[in-house]
Amino acid sequence: MKGYELQKDNNPKTTPKRVALIVRGQSARRVEDRGETVPTAPNLLLREIVIIQACIILLAVMALLFDAPLEGIADPRHTPNPAKAAWYFLGLQELLHYFPPVVAGVLLPGLAVLGLAVVPFVRVNWETVGFYEQRWRGRLLWVSLAVALTCGVMALYLAWPVIVPTLVVYGLLVLPAIPAVPERLRARLGRVPLADWIMTWFVAETVFLTLIGILFRGPGWSWIWPWRAGLY
Amino acid sequence: MSMLQRLTESRVWRALVRQGVSATNRNRILLVMDNVFLHLHSAKTRSRNLELSSTYFLGAISLVLFGILTLSGLLLMLYYHPSVPQAYHDMKELQFVVSNGLFLRNIHRWSAHAMVFIVFLHLLRVFYHKAYLPPREFNWVVGVILLLLTLGLSYTGYLLPWDQLAFWAVAVGTNMAEATPLIGPKLRYLLLGGNAVGENALLRFYVLHCALLPLALAMGVAVHLWRVRKDGGVQGSSGRYGSRRQVKP
Repeated sequence: MKGYELQKDNNPKTTPKRVALIVRGQSARRVEDRGETVPTAPNLLLREIVIIQACIILLAVMALLFDAPLEGIADPRHTPNPAKAAWYFLGLQELLHYFPPVVAGVLLPGLAVLGLAVVPFVRVNWETVGFYEQRWRGRLLWVSLAVALTCGVMALYLAWPVIVPTLVVYGLLVLPAIPAVPERLRARLGRVPLADWIMTWFVAETVFLTLIGILFRGPGWSWIWPWRAGLY
Repeated sequence: MSMLQRLTESRVWRALVRQGVSATNRNRILLVMDNVFLHLHSAKTRSRNLELSSTYFLGAISLVLFGILTLSGLLLMLYYHPSVPQAYHDMKELQFVVSNGLFLRNIHRWSAHAMVFIVFLHLLRVFYHKAYLPPREFNWVVGVILLLLTLGLSYTGYLLPWDQLAFWAVAVGTNMAEATPLIGPKLRYLLLGGNAVGENALLRFYVLHCALLPLALAMGVAVHLWRVRKDGGVQGSSGRYGSRRQVKP
């Protein structure tokens, strides 16, 4: 270590106790080395250029092949049946079919956004240990109660599209607890932390509800089969 | 001395192309550090983070889409009047009169859909890689705000063509907003500039879509990227299904 010659001086009156040695070129915050580095140019820059070009080409091709929809001029006197929101809101619109607007349009999306925003501050999301890699029996009971409660409330409103993904994800969560399940599957699923199970449930709900809204809802928000009735 | 050589050694060229594509590490690093756009990057990148499965480049793709949307949106603004019924006629003009007008509208629309989708995937990637853990908590929240801004941009843009699709999609949405306890009706009035989706609503959505929300998003993206750097670069897979497992008995 050039320029950092350590002098032995144990007299606390002349030399304060050395608590940390900061070596030139390394910041004091650095705790661990996270793998080797390469120059950003060209390694990352080339990849970025490829991404930019790929995006532009793909979208240009799409724009050439498919025209953006344009219907007749807006007419407040003629309500189309069904009147659908943008595709990413059709999950919410599907919920509107079961719940009063204050629940489907305000409470549930509000909770979803709030839930996403506080992710880093909730203890369960700090765990990186799999659900079955720690004491799980008590927790599984609580999760089962929460699932039962959710499904119970949803059943009251006949909101089966909420119940189905809940039960599917819960079914996968329970699998490792069943001895008859193949060992490899149990091990793989057992490594998934509770936080990931919750997020997966949220994604399953979002995707399932949105797909129903996009594909399977027709006039009067009735159930349709898109291959028979077409898309609305 | 050849023409090319004289050109590349002139002072003007040197001022513009300060480093060139020299293969020395010093120049590669200077190339990134000396450039206002590139210096968002660190001079060196962890090779692990360059792997596809590390980030799937979803954040980068979102940013590229935002760029495409900004450019195509600016061009669309040249042909668009936020008034009833001219807005709808402008759509027809874009389709039949303006050169490449339909292409412009198409690419804007598909990029907008793609951006909503990719930003959502980006959120999922960050979640499953546990990249919201300290010190990145703040940046996660910034990211959630950016997702909301993306949705807001897409939603306000939805009304602008002023066709039946636009009108009723926005009517459905604002009716939902009305259900908010206490402030619902006021909120809807504020959003629409009236009690129904009409000319004022179109103008408000236009201003939101073309000025307020893009500015907010651009600012948010700046904070987001700055935080990525300050928090130690992107975090790819935390490797919790890999290395960490092996220490367990």
